[in-house]
Amino acid sequence: MSGFVSRGFRRRRRADDEEAGRLPPGQYAEPGFPVLSAGPTPRVDLAEWRLRVEGLVARPREWTWEEVQALPRSTFEGDIHCVTKWSKLGTSFTGVSVDVLLEQVEPLPEATHVLAFCYGGYTTNLPLEDVRGGKAWVVWEHEGRPLPPEHGGPARLLVPHLYFWKSAKWLMGLRLLDHDRPGFWESLGYHNRGDPWREERYWGD
Amino acid sequence: MGRLSWRLARVAEIRPETPRVASLALDVPGWAGHLAGQHVDVRLTAEDGYQAERSYSIASAPDGQRVELTIERLDDGEVSPFLADELGEGDQFELRGPIGLYFVWRPELGGPLLLVGGGSGVVPLMAMLRHRAASGSRVPARLLYSSRTIEDVIYREELERLAAADDGLTVTHTLTRAQPPGWRGYDRRIDAGLLKEAGWPPEARPLVYVCGPTRLVEAVADDLVALGHDPSRVKTERFGPTGVQ
Repeated sequence: MSGFVSRGFRRRRRADDEEAGRLPPGQYAEPGFPVLSAGPTPRVDLAEWRLRVEGLVARPREWTWEEVQALPRSTFEGDIHCVTKWSKLGTSFTGVSVDVLLEQVEPLPEATHVLAFCYGGYTTNLPLEDVRGGKAWVVWEHEGRPLPPEHGGPARLLVPHLYFWKSAKWLMGLRLLDHDRPGFWESLGYHNRGDPWREERYWGD
Repeated sequence: MGRLSWRLARVAEIRPETPRVASLALDVPGWAGHLAGQHVDVRLTAEDGYQAERSYSIASAPDGQRVELTIERLDDGEVSPFLADELGEGDQFELRGPIGLYFVWRPELGGPLLLVGGGSGVVPLMAMLRHRAASGSRVPARLLYSSRTIEDVIYREELERLAAADDGLTVTHTLTRAQPPGWRGYDRRIDAGLLKEAGWPPEARPLVYVCGPTRLVEAVADDLVALGHDPSRVKTERFGPTGVQ
């Protein structure tokens, strides 16, 4: 079924963004930055905070907050898309490219997938290809300011080409695996990959 | 798992709840059932082909092919004014679902239950209370519900009836903006003190569901953790639509 017409329903939002081709199907532009979390916001002390990359890598390692800050920085500027229908256009995040982290740990050839794990217990899974080649970051600034806890601070994963639940808040580390293993939402009805341009929202999409 | 397909829902009944909120009882042929706490995606299509999608929590307990939504009209919204004001009984629109397997409750999950809602965030919590009542569950339950004024309280009479059934449910209201003459209930935003008085002690290990605007959800979840509740038993959901902060 596609497009049962609702008589009397009309577009009320401006069409600029859509005409520019920036809104994936079923999304609308949201000027704010809504907070969506499945549970309480974990509070992580920066002195205790560590980022780990482990699993199928030649040299697993851990970074302190100061060490991560000393890595070469980069800024993503662009759009993010939440599965709950809002997109935030023209935003920015600053942190370190996942490529920089992977270069230091040297992924083994058999590594095919990544499980991101977080303070508070959240997880999400990604094909390794979705986090390399300039497509993913670990970020701690949003539009020039420290990332607030409710948006995933101290640091979150950023994978802007996929629905935003893949951009795990309160990131603790990445585990490289030789198989796929569904994360939190991927086990609870949401799509395993989550490409917004293919509208991969839920199981079976 | 097959794709959740778009289905045509027919409006069987429209019930005003408050000046800004209406419930739509829908008949959805082919509906495979749902769990209390789940939501649906609604899709509207204009005559020029323009489409808009939004998510809404299901308000009703599982009940065959009947699905009830409760819609708050957002004045600058695109979909909610149409659903709340322009639809009539017998009209149809598309929806798909049910969606989400985390913010859900069924009697086998037990309790005690602590439900904390703000504004239309009460909707998925109401689905849980309706399911609890319809299934004859005696799981002890406490609802703590924050509204601006008494006129903004959704499901007021039904909540009174459910609480009067004396089957282990208590309902506590707080009215944060204005209180009617003689009001003896709470009159402030939900804080740690209120959670302590109207909720469960952490030792009771309640299952907690919090739904409402971001500020309420964040504050309540923080307070619960500070009071000693296990974060893994506190489930939060921001009520849809997400377009308004």
